[in-house]
Amino acid sequence: MATETRTIQWQSDVDTALEEAKRDQRPVLLDFTAAPQ
Amino acid sequence: MYPTPEVTAFIDEHFVPVRIHIKQQPRAWHRFGIRWTPTVMIRSSDDGEVRRLEGFLPADELLGQLKLALGHLAVNKKDWATAERWFADAAEADGTAAGPEGQYWQGVARYSASHDAKELKETYRRFRERYPDSSWAKRTVIWA
Repeated sequence: MATETRTIQWQSDVDTALEEAKRDQRPVLLDFTAAPQ
Repeated sequence: MYPTPEVTAFIDEHFVPVRIHIKQQPRAWHRFGIRWTPTVMIRSSDDGEVRRLEGFLPADELLGQLKLALGHLAVNKKDWATAERWFADAAEADGTAAGPEGQYWQGVARYSASHDAKELKETYRRFRERYPDSSWAKRTVIWA
C-alpha cells in the first residue's frame, strides 16, 4: 500500500498569510531560516 | 525542518505556515527583529507576536511550545475552556519545557473561568506531585 507523505505547504508572503489567517481564524507560524537551499 | 509526521500534521491543521529565508527576504528579518536562526514565531492578526522560539527544538519540544502558543492565544480571547485544553495537553509533555508551563497556565485558565481560588491551590498541589523542581512550581508557592 502506498503511503502519502504529508508536507507543510509553506507560504512566503507574511502579509498574505496574515490575511488568510484572519479569515480562517488561525495564527501564523513564521519559520525564519538561514539554512542552505 | 519538521521531519516528523506528527509535527507536520499539527502545523498543517492549526497554523498558516510561512517560511522566510534570510537571503530571500532580508527586510522581514528586520521587520520582526529576528536575532538568530532558526526562529519560529507565532503571530495572529489580532494579537501580534504570541510566542517566539529561538534556536532548534526537537519535535516533542516544538509540539509542546506550539500547544502553549495556542493556549495563550485563547487566553487573549478569554476563551478559558479552549485555553485550558491546550495547556492541559502541553502539561502532559513530560521531559519538555512546555510541561510545567502548561500545568501552570492550566491552573490559571481554570481559575480565570471560575474565579475560585481553590483552583490555584490545586495547581500548587499538582506541582508538588509533578514538576516540583521547575521554575513554574516556584510561582505557585504563593497559592499554598
